[in-house]
Parts: sequence; C-alpha cells; structure tokens
Amino acid sequence: MSAATDSLSLAASDTVALAASTTSTGEAVQFWILGTIAVVGALCTILMRKAVHSALCLAGTMVILAIFYLANGAYFLGIVQIVVYTGAIMMLFLFVVMLVGVTAADSLKESIKGQRWLAALCALGFGALLIAGISRASLGASNGLGTANAGGNVEGLAALIFTKYVFAFEITGALLITAAVGAMVLTHRERTEKAATQRELAERRVREGRHLPPLPAPGVYARHNAVDVAGLLPDGTPSELTVSQTLRARGQVRDVSIEALNDLAALEQRSEDRLGRRPAPAGTARRGRAHEEEKDQ
Amino acid sequence: MNPVNYLYLAALLFTIGATGVLIRRNAIVVFMCVELMLNACNLAFVAFSRMHGNLDGQIIAFFTMVVAAAEVVVGLAIIVSLFRSRHSASVDDASLMKL
Amino acid sequence: MENLIALLVAAPLLGAAVLLCGGRRLDRYGHLLGTVLAAASFVIGAVLFFDMLGRGAEERALYQTLFAWVPVEGFQANIAFQLDQLSMTFVLLISGVGTLIHVYSIGYMEHDERRRRFFGYLNLFLAAMLLLVLADNYLLLYFGWEGVGLASYLLIGFWQHKPSAATAAKKAFLVNRVGDIGLSIAIMLMFTTFGTFTFGPVFQELDGAGEGTLNAIALMLLLAACGKSAQVPLQSWLGDAMEGPTPVSALIHAATMVTAGVYLITRSGAIFNAAPDAQLVVVVVGAVTLLFGAIVGCAKDDIKKALAGSTMSQIGYMVLAAGLGPIGYVFAIMHLVTHGFFKAGLFLGAGSVMHAMNDEVDMRKYGGLRKYMPVTFVTFGLGYLAIIGFPGLSGFWSKDKIIEAAFAKGGAEGWILGAVTLLGAGITAYYMTRVMLMTFFGEKRWQPAPAADAATDVEPSADHHPGELPHPHESPKSMTVPMIVLAFGSVFAGALFSFNSSFVHWLEPVTRFEHGHPPVGAAVITTATVVVLLIGAGIAYAQYGRKPVPVTAPRGSLLTRAARRDLLQDDFNHVVLVRGGEHLTRSLVYLDHSLVDGVVNGTAASVGGLSGRLRKLQNGFARSYALSMFGGTAVLIAATLLMRGV
Repeated sequence: MSAATDSLSLAASDTVALAASTTSTGEAVQFWILGTIAVVGALCTILMRKAVHSALCLAGTMVILAIFYLANGAYFLGIVQIVVYTGAIMMLFLFVVMLVGVTAADSLKESIKGQRWLAALCALGFGALLIAGISRASLGASNGLGTANAGGNVEGLAALIFTKYVFAFEITGALLITAAVGAMVLTHRERTEKAATQRELAERRVREGRHLPPLPAPGVYARHNAVDVAGLLPDGTPSELTVSQTLRARGQVRDVSIEALNDLAALEQRSEDRLGRRPAPAGTARRGRAHEEEKDQ
Repeated sequence: MNPVNYLYLAALLFTIGATGVLIRRNAIVVFMCVELMLNACNLAFVAFSRMHGNLDGQIIAFFTMVVAAAEVVVGLAIIVSLFRSRHSASVDDASLMKL
Repeated sequence: MENLIALLVAAPLLGAAVLLCGGRRLDRYGHLLGTVLAAASFVIGAVLFFDMLGRGAEERALYQTLFAWVPVEGFQANIAFQLDQLSMTFVLLISGVGTLIHVYSIGYMEHDERRRRFFGYLNLFLAAMLLLVLADNYLLLYFGWEGVGLASYLLIGFWQHKPSAATAAKKAFLVNRVGDIGLSIAIMLMFTTFGTFTFGPVFQELDGAGEGTLNAIALMLLLAACGKSAQVPLQSWLGDAMEGPTPVSALIHAATMVTAGVYLITRSGAIFNAAPDAQLVVVVVGAVTLLFGAIVGCAKDDIKKALAGSTMSQIGYMVLAAGLGPIGYVFAIMHLVTHGFFKAGLFLGAGSVMHAMNDEVDMRKYGGLRKYMPVTFVTFGLGYLAIIGFPGLSGFWSKDKIIEAAFAKGGAEGWILGAVTLLGAGITAYYMTRVMLMTFFGEKRWQPAPAADAATDVEPSADHHPGELPHPHESPKSMTVPMIVLAFGSVFAGALFSFNSSFVHWLEPVTRFEHGHPPVGAAVITTATVVVLLIGAGIAYAQYGRKPVPVTAPRGSLLTRAARRDLLQDDFNHVVLVRGGEHLTRSLVYLDHSLVDGVVNGTAASVGGLSGRLRKLQNGFARSYALSMFGGTAVLIAATLLMRGV
C-alpha cells in the first residue's frame, strides 16, 4: 500500500508543484467530470427509495472524493478514504441495511406537513448563503502543498500528529475505544431466563399438538427452486410453513400458486396424452382423496 | 481552474446531505446523509490545506474521519437496537419527543 | 419622689390584671380590691401633689424613665413618664373622680353577677387614662390612648347581651379608630419632621419645621381629639355610649375618655400656637360642637342622653377655649376639672334616679321625685346650678372665664365666638332646667315597669317587679356618699381655683398664660352671662314648670325632631359614609371584575392561546427539529454575512 501511495504521490507531484494559484487543465477536466458524478451520486443517495441503492451511490461519491483528495495532495487521506470509508464504514452500513431488510423500500410520501417544502427552501437558502460566503471570502493566493509535502505526505502528517496534535490524537484513541464499548453495550442483550433446551422445545411442541414433525422444506412439490417460494401441498395449494420465518415476516414470500396449478394441470395433460388415458375429472379425484384422508383421521 | 471550486463542490455536497437528513425517514439513509456532510467538510479542509500550503487541514480531516468512524459504530448500534425493539428503522416512529 | 409616678399607673393596672385573670374566687372581694387600688392611685397622686407644691413653680415637673421600649437606632421610644402641673391636674381628677365612681359602682352594680369583671375594666380604664396623661412622649401617649379606646369599648358594651349595647360599643370603637388614625399620622409626621416624638424636644424644635407641616400635625392631632372628645364630626358615638352602665357614663364623661382630647390639644399647645390655621379650625370645631350638643340636649327625653348632649356641649367649650391659645388653655383645663365634678355628680344622680325608678330613663315618666330622694335631689341640684353657671358655683367661674376669653380673641371672630358661647350658656341653662324640672318637680308621671320579656333590655335591678308602679327610695350610702363629695366639688372647686387666680398660677409654667382683653369689661360679660342663663332657665320654667309635662312626647318642631335624632348625625353618616362606601366598594368590585380580572385573565388566555399554537411546532419528529436547526443556522450565516457586509 505504501508503494501505491508513493507512486501516486510521484504521479501527482508535478501537478501539485505547479498548482500555485490555478490548476492544470487536466485537473480541471477531472474536476468537472468527477465533480458532476459526485453531485449526481449525492443526489441519488438522498433520492433512492431503497437504502442499499443509497449506500452504493454514497460509496461512489466517496470514491470520487478520494480521488479529489489525491488531486489536492492529500495522498494519505485519499487512500484512507477508500480503505476506511468506502471499504469499512460503507460495508458496515450495508451490513446493517441487510440486517434491517435489503428490499424494504421507503415510502416517498412525506408524513410531516410542509416538511419537504420547508426543507427544500432552507436548503436553497443555506446553499446560496454558503456559496455567497465562499465567493466573497478573500482567500488569497493558493500556496500549494509543494513545500509541505516535500518530505512525503505521510511523513508530514505523522510529524504533525505526533507533535502538535498528539493530545488530540490520544483523545481520539480514547474516543474510539469508548465507541467500541458503547456499541457493544447498546447491542448486547442480557438473557434474563435460561435458554430452552432441545428436549424442552420438543416437549412443548408435543404439548401444543402442532407441527410435530419438522416443518416441510421448500421445494417439496415445488415448481421453483428458491427459498422464497412456498412448497405445494399434495392438492397444489402453497404452504407458507415451508418458507423461512424471516421471509414471512418481511412479506417476501413469492406466491406462485396459480402458475403452479396451471403447470400441474399442463403436466397431467401431457402425461395423459402420452399414456393415452381418458382424462379423469381432476376435481372429483382430489375430492375423493380428501374424503379418504378425513376417514383416516 | 481555481481550487476554490472544490469549496463550491463541498458546499453543494453539504447542502445535499443536509437536505437528505431532513427529508428521509429511514434512519440508515439519514445516517448516510450525515456521512455525506462530513465528507463534504473533509473535502473543504483538504482544499484549504492546499490553499494555505500546510498540512493542518488534512490533520483535521483525518480526525474527522476517526470521529466519523466512532460515530458510525455507535449510531449503527443504536439503529440496530432500535430496529430490534420497534421493528422499524423509521425516525418518525420514534416521535416520542412531545407532550 | 419621681419613683412613685409609675405606681400611679401600676396600681390600677395591677387591679385590672388581678381582677380579670383571678377568676370567680375573687367575686366576693373583687370590687373592694378594685376600689382600694383606685384609691391607692389617688393617694399616691395626692402625695406627689403636696410634694410638688413644696417646690418652686419652674421645678415642679418630675420625670421617670422605666426602660427603653423600642431601642432602635434613630427610633428611641421609652416607657418614660412626665409629671408636671398639667399631668398632675389630670391625675388628681382621674384618680379622684375615678375612685368615687368605683365606690358608687359598689352599690350600683351590687346585683350584677359580673361585677368583678366590671371593676377590672374600670381599673383598666383608669390605668390607660393615667398612662395617657403621664406619658412623656406621643408614642406612649398613643398606647394609653388606645388603651382608653379598648376599655371604653369593653365598658360601653358591658351588657353585651343587649344588641344595642354591643352595637354602641362597636360604634364607639370604630369612630374612635378614625380619630386614632389622625393621632398615628401626627406621630409619624412628627417623627419624620423632628426625628423624635418626646414632648420636650418636639416643642423645642418647632421653629425648624415649616408652617404647612405644623398645620398638618396640628390638624391630625385635632382629628384625634375630635374622636376621643366626641367633637363634630366624630361626635356620633357619645349618645349611643349611654348603653353602658351609668357609672361608665359618668367615668367617660367626667374623668376619662372625653377629656383626653382636651388634654391632647392643651399638651400640644406649643404646636397649635405655631399653627394658627389649625387653631382656627379648633375654635370652629369647638363652637359648632358647643351648639350642636346643646341643641341635642334640649330635645332628648332620655335623661342620660340629655346629659350626654350636655357633655358634648361642655367639651365644646373646652376645645374652643383650647383653640384660643395661651389665653384659653388654663380655662379649658379649669372648666374640665369643674366639669369633671359636676358632670360626674349629675351622672351619678341620674344613675341614682334610674336605680329608684326601675331603670326607667325617660324623664317624661319621672316627676316629683324631690320628696322621695332628698340626697339625690340636693346633690343633683347643686350639680345643676354648677353646670348652668349659677354665680358662685364652680361652673360659673370656669365658664365665665371661657366666655371672656372668647370675646378677648378680638375682632369679628371674638364677637362671633363670644356670642356663640353666650348663646351656649343660655341653652345650657334651658336644657338643664328642663331636666331638673321634669325629673324632680311637677306631678308624678310614673309608669308601671315594663313586662318581663323586655326586662332583659334594661339594667338588672334588685327590686324589679314588672307591672308595678315604681316606689322610689333613696340610694344606699355607697352611692350617695360619692354624690355628696362630688357636690362639694361642684360648689367650691371653681371658687377655690379662682381665688387669687391660683389655678392660673398653677398651670402657667406648663401652658403659658396671656391675659385676654375683652372689648367690653369683664363685669359686663359676667352680667350678660347671668342674664342669658336666667332667660334660658325662665323659658324652661315657662315650658315645663308652669304647664304639665305630657307623658308621650309631642311631635315638636322640625328642629326638635331633628335634635331628637341627634341632629341627623347618624343619617348623615349613613348616607355619606355607609352608602358612599358601599357604592365605592361596588364600583371597585366591578372594576376588579372587569378591568383587573380582564387584564389578568386576558393575559392568561392569550398566553394559553399562543402556547397552544406554538405547541404545534413541537410535533415530536426529530426531522422537524432538525429542520428548525438548519433554518436557524441559515439565519445565523445570513446575519454573519450581513454584519460583515455592513
């Protein structure tokens, strides 16, 4: 990784050295193209209905920001942006999104009256004010980082962190530890009663008199080989019991019963055609079977 | 091109992030928007660092990243435990802050 | 010697404490104890008096400081006494007449089961009055002043089972409060002006104060004096105060209470001398009251109320005299002392008559009593001669001097005041002759005693037999002896005081004295006085001596009817004060309900409404709050930019 950083720093060093008050044309082109993409990514982040799409758009924006960091001579930060932000933090986001439900889409209907209009108004005003402020600021000539990065960007940062900002650095370390402990405290759940053993679970199932055998697996009499499609009962109706409880809770069970019944009918038709049998009325046969089951019980 | 353009970009991104915080209801997306705002700030700091010709701005951006990481850890833990207890990640569902 | 001063107050105070706290076991001896302690006060007073006589005129004042009462920086009030000639006069009058009334009450209240309590109150009355006249500063005087008010309230309402007595006590107390406010304001003014309220320093620093301030103080003192001395406009309580037992009336009218106002004006003479405007008001008040009381006295058929009107009138003489300044103070006090003798004698005589007549108070139902009650007749008659100013008796000496002083005021004022006092003397002769004739002369107009159910309404009596004609008899010794003593005083006191101007020389060091020079000779005035009183007495004789007196009062002229209603004083008070107060209160209540409550409730309602609307901003959505923060940040940035731009 350090090799990569060095090569990048070498690649950008001449641009940086030149960049006193203006930048090179290459950088300008890069800025306008990537900057546009970054803004579009940011807008997609806040406009996408699904959280996972938002996260992906944000990751894209962050990668572009990393490139801008590199272009601005912040080689270490650029790499850290990619590795830590895009690689670790956004992945953490995705974990949580998956945990909460990857397909669950937000309703775009605003529930607070006037919130959206007011937010847009405030955002416009705020943005206009920020831009006005920046345009009016007397920033002076840009110095460039040529001298600061002379001994290498990472070395320069390290020298500052471990001298001038050493206390802030230590405190930040303490903050990270506290955050880690805090996350554990927040997500940890103390079990207040003894976990039921397998034997106790079995006994309870017998006592309640439901589903004595294991739940049926999906795919039994199934026409689709997927976990979110309910298996069919012998009479062709789907059984939700065959689908995982989690998917049921999320309402992600795919209902294919009509399709399956049509497939079944087509299959029987084909087999009868091949065997040359007269088609028996399917309804009576099924009904007869049901009667037999009732008698058995 | 003037490096000030980076600042304009940062302002734009910050405003977009703030708007997202205001209009989205999914806590995770709200959180992402906060991250976007932090990143916009970082970009501004890096640009300032370049303009002033020293590395202090990058140091601040670096600390911002560390703090953001800590914040994400805690924030996502809160979202997870909230989801666990309410089966929802909508910030509007936790509207208990009124009489 | 000055250590004895406190004992003057302490003796009756001890009596009051013992009698009021002692309970029933003292019932048998309580009245004796009270009388002995009152007499002890008189004896101490006499000892001090003779001691005082032994010293030179300017060294007679004695001072005693008991302890610091309110020892605050800049506000030093002491329990301190001052016994000078003026105080001495009052001490002897109060304790002397007071003791006689105590003795009289032993017989008068013999059958009252609450006699011990009565004597306790009497002692308290004496103690408060003595404290009033002995105080060396206005604050302690105020203390005694209020004590007198309390004791009078307790005694006027002594028969509190009678609603009329309870009401009369309340009325006296309330009317006195009005005057007391004047005294308290006067004391406050004195303190802010002079920084002290001790007599000596106040009178020395009078030059430092503006005339406006002095007038204000003097007028406030006059208001106080009007309250206690029953002067117009605060006179209304005096007639109703007759609801109390007769000895109380005697005590209030002769020795205590009503004399307090005259004492206050005389004591504050230095202030009044420096405030001529206020002094004029004093004279006017005295003159008006003089005529007012006399007219009321003419119309009343109730013997005690007739005497009460007479008291009001005589006190008017004193206030008038006191208002004349140094030419009048001495005569005001002299008249006060002689009046103390004969008015006490008259009241005790009236009590004796009532005692004999089944507690009947209506003079139209008396008549021809002189044969049945010789002692009462003679003592009452001497008191009568004294009060109308029959030459040679005490009233003559003192009243004549006041009339002279009134003429000596000079100018038109002098003539008007002189005429008023002369007219008053004539009216006095008229109504007193009327009382005398209706009570002791003429044929018997006795009526049977009222029925039993009304008996609760009158004073309890030993021989009260409903439905029978009264059989009058002479009163017991305990009642007649004080009357005889007082009759002696009525006859000889005036001559004694006037002999060689002894009273003037006695009081001169305290009150100062200027010899008045009336525009006409003193002999002319004296002759005029005698003529006027003969005319008054003659008219009364023509009306009540020559013709039979009707048992039921004739309708009478408009003036008579008004005078029977105390010259409409209560109606006036009712219309102006009670109705006015009610209307004021009602309008204030309306204001309170509409304006004050409106503002208060309106504020509350508008705050509530505003909060109800603001409350909607707090909808519980974190995003909404974030929006507010965002908007606020935008405004802050705008402000910053604007400020920098400017």
